Amino acid sequence: MNNAIFSLKKVSKVFPGVKALDGVDLHLYPGQVTALVGENGAGKSTLVKTMTGIYQPDGGEIIFNGKPVQFHSPHDSHALGITAIHQETVLFDDLTVAENIFLGNYPLTKRFSIDWAAMETRSQEILSSINAHMDPNQILRELSIGQKHMVGIARALSVDAKVVILDEPTAALSHHEIHELYELVNTLKSQGKAILFITHKFDEIFTLADRYTVFRDGSFVGEGFIKDTNESQLVEMMVARSIEATYPKKDVAIGETLLEVSNLCHTTEFANISFSLKKGEILGVYGLVGSGRTEVMQALFGTTDHVTGSVKMNGKEVIIHSPKEAIDNGIVYVPEERQKQGIVLELPIYQNVSLPQMERLAKHGQIDQESEMALARQYCERLQVKASCWDEKVMNLSGGNQQKVVIAKWLATNPKVIILDEPTKGIDIGSKAAVHEFMSELVDSGLSVIMVSSELPEILGMSDRILVMNEGLIVGELSRADATPEKVVSLATGGSVTC
Amino acid sequence: MLKRLIYSREGVLSIIVLAMFFGVGVISPDFISLSNSVSIFNDTSILIMLALGQMLVILTRCIDLSVAANVAFTGMFVAMVNQYFPELSMALLIFLSLFIGALLGAINGLFVWLLKVPSIVITLGTMSIYRGATFLLSDGAWVNSHQMSESFIGLPRYEILSIPVLGWMAVAAIILFFWAMKFSVWGRNFYAAGGNPMAAFYSGVNVGKVQFYAFLVSGTLSGLCGYLWVSRFAVAYVDVANGFELQVIAACVIGGVSIVGGLGTVVGCVIGALFIGVVNNALPIIGVSPFWQMAISGLVIIIAVIANATSGKDKARIILRNPNANDEIRAN
Amino acid sequence: MDTTIKKSATPDSMFTSKLQGLLRWESFLVLIVFLVCVMNSYLSPYFLDPWNLSDATFNFTEKALIALPMAMLIIAKEIDISVAAIISLSSTLMGLVAQMGAPVYAVAFVGILVGAACGLFNGVLVTRFKIPSIVVTIGTMSLFRGISYILLGDQVVRDYPDGFEFFGQGYVYWVFSFELVLFAFFALVFYWLLHRTTFGRYTYAIGNNPTASYYSGIKVDKHRLILFTLVGVMSGVASVLLTSRLGSTRPSIAMGWELSIITMVVLGGVSILGGSGTIAGVVLAVILMGLVTFGMGLLNIPGIVMTIIVGVMLITVVSLPVLITLYKNKKAKAL
Repeated sequence: MNNAIFSLKKVSKVFPGVKALDGVDLHLYPGQVTALVGENGAGKSTLVKTMTGIYQPDGGEIIFNGKPVQFHSPHDSHALGITAIHQETVLFDDLTVAENIFLGNYPLTKRFSIDWAAMETRSQEILSSINAHMDPNQILRELSIGQKHMVGIARALSVDAKVVILDEPTAALSHHEIHELYELVNTLKSQGKAILFITHKFDEIFTLADRYTVFRDGSFVGEGFIKDTNESQLVEMMVARSIEATYPKKDVAIGETLLEVSNLCHTTEFANISFSLKKGEILGVYGLVGSGRTEVMQALFGTTDHVTGSVKMNGKEVIIHSPKEAIDNGIVYVPEERQKQGIVLELPIYQNVSLPQMERLAKHGQIDQESEMALARQYCERLQVKASCWDEKVMNLSGGNQQKVVIAKWLATNPKVIILDEPTKGIDIGSKAAVHEFMSELVDSGLSVIMVSSELPEILGMSDRILVMNEGLIVGELSRADATPEKVVSLATGGSVTC
Repeated sequence: MLKRLIYSREGVLSIIVLAMFFGVGVISPDFISLSNSVSIFNDTSILIMLALGQMLVILTRCIDLSVAANVAFTGMFVAMVNQYFPELSMALLIFLSLFIGALLGAINGLFVWLLKVPSIVITLGTMSIYRGATFLLSDGAWVNSHQMSESFIGLPRYEILSIPVLGWMAVAAIILFFWAMKFSVWGRNFYAAGGNPMAAFYSGVNVGKVQFYAFLVSGTLSGLCGYLWVSRFAVAYVDVANGFELQVIAACVIGGVSIVGGLGTVVGCVIGALFIGVVNNALPIIGVSPFWQMAISGLVIIIAVIANATSGKDKARIILRNPNANDEIRAN
Repeated sequence: MDTTIKKSATPDSMFTSKLQGLLRWESFLVLIVFLVCVMNSYLSPYFLDPWNLSDATFNFTEKALIALPMAMLIIAKEIDISVAAIISLSSTLMGLVAQMGAPVYAVAFVGILVGAACGLFNGVLVTRFKIPSIVVTIGTMSLFRGISYILLGDQVVRDYPDGFEFFGQGYVYWVFSFELVLFAFFALVFYWLLHRTTFGRYTYAIGNNPTASYYSGIKVDKHRLILFTLVGVMSGVASVLLTSRLGSTRPSIAMGWELSIITMVVLGGVSILGGSGTIAGVVLAVILMGLVTFGMGLLNIPGIVMTIIVGVMLITVVSLPVLITLYKNKKAKAL
């Protein structure tokens, strides 16, 4: 246990109102892959940012090669050979592939002038070593998400790294690309690098990792060797309760077809999208990040231009070119990017709830604060939003409660169809269960729900029917009874169902 | 490669500038003579240098509205020093102008770096402070040509290879900037900091410090141009270069420097400045009243940004593997 | 559901937050205004004369009329630095129709119409082409004033019809000038618009988060378009007043006013990054700047010194809150 090259001891990180890391431990060993396991919100991303010097810890020790170190900036950790492939691509859209790989670490001629030729050849070498075939002189903006991810990996490999952190690297990759990544990880391992692998997918943990560390709600739960554990044990450590109880799916009588989408097409994002939604149904839409699922939902909500095809509500064709028209037709959208698209953080709760229907609530253009407040009170209480008062700013609420405010806002408009895009992303387990429970309640009261999610258990646990998307197309439709994790994943990653 | 060059923004712009240049030449052949070309470049030198400094600032998602006021203050300062101490060497005066300009630029930069205050507010404020300070310094009086020493007025006019020193200074600035923005890490950091500040921070670039450097450089160049301006027009007064900051920003915008940061080249910036220079010089020749100048540069800014906004569109990511997947599926 | 417990549910609002409201920027401004008044009356016996005070209002009412819609525009995360150029173009065209012998109200109408058209033009460029408003209005700033120069050159127009001088020089009642009354009227209108109507609420929502506002069904672009037009209209109104007061038009009219107007808005507590600010704050800032200018006039301090003071005020106002938070954080860390 003493030969760890990189250790965190009792590290804490506090943000206003949240203890993101609460005295966690982590050890990385040369030539070994350590899997970091934990649910969303367990503190994994904060940990990565602490390890790479983006955040400074509020307590605890970071030990590298047996010596305590302090990272004042990303530069410090980079200098020690700690490199990370971040979850969100942190790259430069307007610069070339080669420059993206070497930015912050340019090859110089005579320590003086940037050596563009060397940069190009070395980029080419690194890219081909990871089987990513692209022109180093291409501008990053022109690449696909998967390709950008490969650039991110190439960037991490451009330095002589001792510690490589991979933060959910396979989330946006295709089936084929994932296998190439596995090979890459094994190569790095054989070169003696210490690897931290963060993932949601258990098959990856058991294929790649030698060790595991489990976090829950910002705290360290346990660690050990992969060979000594199994999936159910890990899950139990992660959530501290059995997984079945998480999905309170009720049986609801499914009614007539409510929404019918046919042949929805977009020039670059998706094509030939046809599906229907019945009254009282929860339709799960599964796909990897970048599969076009969010784009389809946003097209339904009217925020995307250049969409062809038809949308029918109750058999009548409707035309939706803006969110306003979608809302008027009873379609509402709870976006994945909650803070960016869902809510105005700086406004009070009640003003957020009333925002879509200000005009209805107003009298002669003048705001009627009483009825605004009444509306907010009614729906926020129904959703059990926890706040000290209804004119508190939304930014002071926790992620889960913010999500509840978004849902309250939409329910207050009396919608027929509610689209939930990653409804439980980044919220704590307690709120998660509440959102799931509420979803069941919604369909019980006659609404129809479309739920987009990349969390397999959630999709399998909550949906009546599952659509699977890959590369902008619907590649399969499974009923609740038919759906298995294997079938869904295989469809989503470009395979075909064999049954 | 050639095709790429022609279709690039710089390519299109140079063609437009050359077309204008030779177009006026058709009406008045004198316009395209070598000596007049040199004189147009010389006229545009100050604009080019200020635009290069401004480019750095805009690259880092900021804006410097105080450049013209900086020119006025520094110009007045060195003119008065020259007036009262005519025996001081020119090298010292030039150093003084660079130093004072840098100081004024650093004030802007420090506010932006350390206090993270929006640059538009800071420079809007310093713009009026520097201009007002010029008044306090001079008490509203002018420094006229007879109060300036011979070398003070003569230096920018001194010709080397029939190009005045003023022009050579612009050439030097262009070469220096071209090298720095392409081959020095320091220069590339401006693109990183403006293109994606978060990613730049992750890569170990101190974004605030880079912004500070941008203001420092812009200020230093403004200081130098302060001396050059006062010497070239042989007069210093409070309203020197009033409103010139807009022309400087216009040169950048026309040259394709993106106001949202991270995009822009030295070549584009220089051509943008030359565009304005050619227009300003051509108007009297083709018999258009100089009163048209302002409206034309306004119109050109608007056209340039519209062209920018529409050309960069729809380069969004592509999810469909093949954009024609549509048709393939239908065919099946 | 456990409705019995729910009786003690969350209160709608809390008294403390309203109490905090009293300690805001606006209260600080009131204090400063008071101090300046005391200082001015101490420095000069002429200060408290009602006619002197009334005269003093002329140096800010026109700018203040533009500051009102500008505050809303900045709250909505946009900016218009072409306002002074709009005044110039509007004044020029008024001058031209006046030369053709148009009657008083036609001249004023043309002034406001030109303002509205300019504002609409800015708005269309910003919303249609998605160009940052600062660049658009830097361009139109040159364009509008440039057109004035094309039309007038170095001419000066003075041929305004009889009665036109009322807008800028007339008095409604006793010491209350038409300009002052008009400003008071519009201050109330904009107060109502920003703080009492859905339009105002949308302005805050858009300024804080345009994307979420759009996703909530607000027609964001239309809203921006209206705001730009509103700024244009008020610039037109200000142009009528200014032209009438000066009795003449030249292209360089109102040069540099955009700086004072934006300073008024920022000094009034409107965040330059959008999303927050009040009309009351802007009105107080307007009064404060008017009083300071007036006081300096009494002390025979030249006008250009005022620009230094305005600049220092602007920077102080935006830096102070940052400095205070930095200081607080440092203190918190030291503990």
